[in-house]
Amino acid sequence: MIKTNNLTKTYRTGTINTVALANVSFEIKQGEFVAIMGPSGSGKSTLMHILGALDLPTSGEYFLDGQNVSQLTDDQLADIRNKKIGFIFQAYNLLPRTTALKNVILPMMYAGVSSEERIERAAKFLKKVGLENRMHHFSNQLSGGQQQRVAIARGLVMNPKILLADEPTGNIASEQAAEIMEVFQQLNQDGHTIVMITHEQEIAEYAQRIINLRDGKILQSED
Amino acid sequence: MDFLELLLESISTLTVNKMRTGLAALGIIIGIGSVITLIALGQASQKSVEEQIQSLGANLLTISPTAQVNQGIRGAAGTGITLSLEDAQAIQDSEIITTVKSVSPEYSGRLQVVAGRNNVNTQIIGVTPQYAEIRNVDLADGVFITEHNVQAQARVAVLGSQAAIDLFGEEVYPVGQTIRINGQVLRVVGITLSKGGTSFNNLDDAIFVPLSTAQRQLFGATHLTSIAVAALNPDVMALAQDQIGYLLLERRNISDPALADFSIFSQHDILDTASAVTGTFTTLLGGIAAISLLVGGIGIMNIMLVTVTERTREIGLRKALGAKKKVIITQFLVETVILTVVSGFTGMVLGIAGSYFISSAMNLPFVLSVRSMMLAIGVSGGIGVIFGWYPAQKAAKLQPIEALRYE
Repeated sequence: MIKTNNLTKTYRTGTINTVALANVSFEIKQGEFVAIMGPSGSGKSTLMHILGALDLPTSGEYFLDGQNVSQLTDDQLADIRNKKIGFIFQAYNLLPRTTALKNVILPMMYAGVSSEERIERAAKFLKKVGLENRMHHFSNQLSGGQQQRVAIARGLVMNPKILLADEPTGNIASEQAAEIMEVFQQLNQDGHTIVMITHEQEIAEYAQRIINLRDGKILQSED
Repeated sequence: MDFLELLLESISTLTVNKMRTGLAALGIIIGIGSVITLIALGQASQKSVEEQIQSLGANLLTISPTAQVNQGIRGAAGTGITLSLEDAQAIQDSEIITTVKSVSPEYSGRLQVVAGRNNVNTQIIGVTPQYAEIRNVDLADGVFITEHNVQAQARVAVLGSQAAIDLFGEEVYPVGQTIRINGQVLRVVGITLSKGGTSFNNLDDAIFVPLSTAQRQLFGATHLTSIAVAALNPDVMALAQDQIGYLLLERRNISDPALADFSIFSQHDILDTASAVTGTFTTLLGGIAAISLLVGGIGIMNIMLVTVTERTREIGLRKALGAKKKVIITQFLVETVILTVVSGFTGMVLGIAGSYFISSAMNLPFVLSVRSMMLAIGVSGGIGVIFGWYPAQKAAKLQPIEALRYE
């Protein structure tokens, strides 16, 4: 499903090159639930952005579903982000002054889903994350946990093969975190491949496999 | 995503963010409104000055006889008796002269005028109907001298506004009253509108009578004291002067222009002033238009740059959710165009209203130039669209994560 070969990412600030990822190679099979762990600055967010086709590696190859992502055009990447990947941001990234429903509808609008189906599907996924009573609230009127769940509904609404979540429980209370992890496990059992970043060991325990990153390199992969 | 949907999305984005939309709209409204108002006021001032110069007779030529020379003694200028009604007729009828609009033969002299107990010495001018048109005489009351009056040697008179007051005072309504000139009784048929103090040859004091009446009944003369000619426009004055000069020389069989017994006087200094003033105004107007367009344009540019750049994160998010570059750019372009068109139209209406009120308050003519309005809207609208589109396409080119990280 996901395969990387010597993935490297360097940032240039002025004359200083910072290596965020150095020759990262790994594989994630269809249906897996993987957690990526590491301290801040270990390159885990950078890796996630590349896996989510939100950023391009400096060198190395990234195959998603057999396609070499590094060689795709801008529009093809947009299609992949729209249809194959559901990305849940740490900062939620919802449109402000826009209802929860409209936020979940957004990816379907770009996919060309008919307007009746959009509303129906968005409502269904908002119900799934327990927000059926908050559909018409503006995103900035919701609590952090509710916003996170809108973001999850938005990530799921296109029924993507892979769900990528960057610290999905980072900003919410622990009992809500457990609820969200249960949602993830349910999705995993339904056949979704899930990759999640976390720095909390107990959250990582929900995954089947943990990849540890340190200074842009993979330490070990534990099953 | 079809266009209709994009349009709806743009409208909803514009209406959801009322503050942002309002500020951007205000920038464009003020930009376009002030440009239109400034240009309109400039043009109104130009027109007002041109009209004032025009009323002085910028297209007026005056033909007068040169001094009478009698046994080596040269008389005062204009005392010759060589100018005739036939000369005027010839200028009017000539096929060679192409630059003349109308011709007014005139006889003027000073006589004693009596009305009741008032006795005034004033200028009597024998005229034809063309006089009013050429010299810009407007009537406050009654009618001017008609063609019929001239043919019939009618004993009628039109009083200048000052002459009417001198003869009849403020209380009596002069039209229908009679005056006596040189023993002849004339009936007053009209009073002119005061032309004010701008005149170098004050017509407010004069009394107008039919040319034939003046020549035969009042002065006993057959010649003319002057012929006034209106050229088609101020630009052909020199040509008109030449054409008339040749015609009159030919009629007199004079080959050397130096020996001519007439002179043609054009209001050269007025004309020079007119073109200098018009030129200055054109430059001034261009400057005002350029500066206001620049200021308005920079205002619009800033507000668009700021509002769209502020939305770089939004663009990153839309890209991250699968929006293609083209879709994003089109959405922002549609938003910008709606914003510019609606605010541009509002600015135009406000600009027109503003210039209307200022013109009427300042007693200027209200001029509405479609060309300058198109220029203002075209330039400002163009700037609005370009600077709405430019940051949007720049942000749409970024990797989504770079746009999302934008601060």
